Amino acid sequence: MTTVNVSLTVNNEPQSHAVEPRTLLVHYLRDHCRLTGSHVGCDTTQCGCCTVHLNGEAVKSCTVLAVQAEGGDVTTIEGIGSVERLHPLQEAFRRHHALQCGFCTPGMVMQGIDIVRRGCASDERTVRHELEGNLCRCTGYQGIVDAILDYAQSSAAPARSRRE
Amino acid sequence: MSNAMVDFDYARPKSVREAVALLTNEPEAMALAGGQSLIPTLKQRLARPTLLVDVQDIDEMRGIAVSDTHVVVGAMTRHAEVAVDAHIAEALPALAHMAHGIAHPQVRHMGTMGGSVAHNDPGADYPAAVLGLGATIHTDRRRIAADAFFTGLFATALEPGELVLRIEYPRHHRSGYCKIAHPASGLVNTGAWVTRLDDGVRVVINGAAPCVFRHQELERLLAARFDPASLDGFRQPSEGLNADMHASAEYRAQLVTVTVKRALAMALSH
Repeated sequence: MTTVNVSLTVNNEPQSHAVEPRTLLVHYLRDHCRLTGSHVGCDTTQCGCCTVHLNGEAVKSCTVLAVQAEGGDVTTIEGIGSVERLHPLQEAFRRHHALQCGFCTPGMVMQGIDIVRRGCASDERTVRHELEGNLCRCTGYQGIVDAILDYAQSSAAPARSRRE
Repeated sequence: MSNAMVDFDYARPKSVREAVALLTNEPEAMALAGGQSLIPTLKQRLARPTLLVDVQDIDEMRGIAVSDTHVVVGAMTRHAEVAVDAHIAEALPALAHMAHGIAHPQVRHMGTMGGSVAHNDPGADYPAAVLGLGATIHTDRRRIAADAFFTGLFATALEPGELVLRIEYPRHHRSGYCKIAHPASGLVNTGAWVTRLDDGVRVVINGAAPCVFRHQELERLLAARFDPASLDGFRQPSEGLNADMHASAEYRAQLVTVTVKRALAMALSH
């Protein structure tokens, strides 16, 4: 079986692993980097639990090959904060009780950061539209939307010009 | 590790010439653009390539150029780039609107126009714009008119090893697009693109049938009068339309009228 060496920067640390070309980025992260915060919920590009940032943009790591990301810069849920020092959006999730079972949370947080980065957290309707690719089966969307809006308004999130 | 995909080799060429050579020399090779259609297809084992030729490093396949008469979009241009490009928003607002609504944000960061057009999934958005605007597909060896490009379910006029480099749209301000999409996957259940030309109207339906198609009856009706009232007596038959777990052929037939009316309203508003 052929393997290729895939080298990435993950959460500011260099990673290099020999994997099969068919290895998905989410499996590279979970099985080779041992970063199991990114979840595989549906494996069909629908639920968004595997959302990570690739070169600064939110993608579904179940629908990216690790080799496609070769040389790239990946940020996962483990890279944005720690238990001692939560990311401001994680703090907002806690304040707004934006999680119940927690399975979708890593993807929601990574997508929420991306929404705010793109200046798309202007109002509730826009945030809901931007969360189309993330499913919460506890249906706790209200708290999630509130947390993202709160983070967008209260944090020092840079007010960037709107780009997708 | 769970992985349903059959094993394949991978190459990332730097030039069109190198990519075409790789695609030509390996009979079961496939081009990989953003992978947002292809990777799900591989997971379902609906395709079993022996080699994926990733074209992300080919500069010639990138970029957006807008002139007084045309909008040219490189095949590797991501949906997110099209959605926020100020020149496209001005030249072809319906195309920008379409790009902004493809699937969901994470997919728009990876998925590309060339990949969508070459894959020709009935649930894809871009084929409707390409056909509706009468665009021209530029490949490594020729130019193909949209009317001759989409040939069937996941089928196009592309020859083995032929690579889409860019897509050239004529500027027609009066266009509109509306789709009813599956809420989770974002795939088009039924959609309609309407463009008013100087000498007629193009009406294109996607999602509803195995392949995107021009709706000649609706084109005639709207050419006579470019107004929603022209559809008053129209009823879409369900014969030949897709039926699956998401929607019956009868429902899709109903949505043809709904989406054409909404696309028309958008065209009239521009």
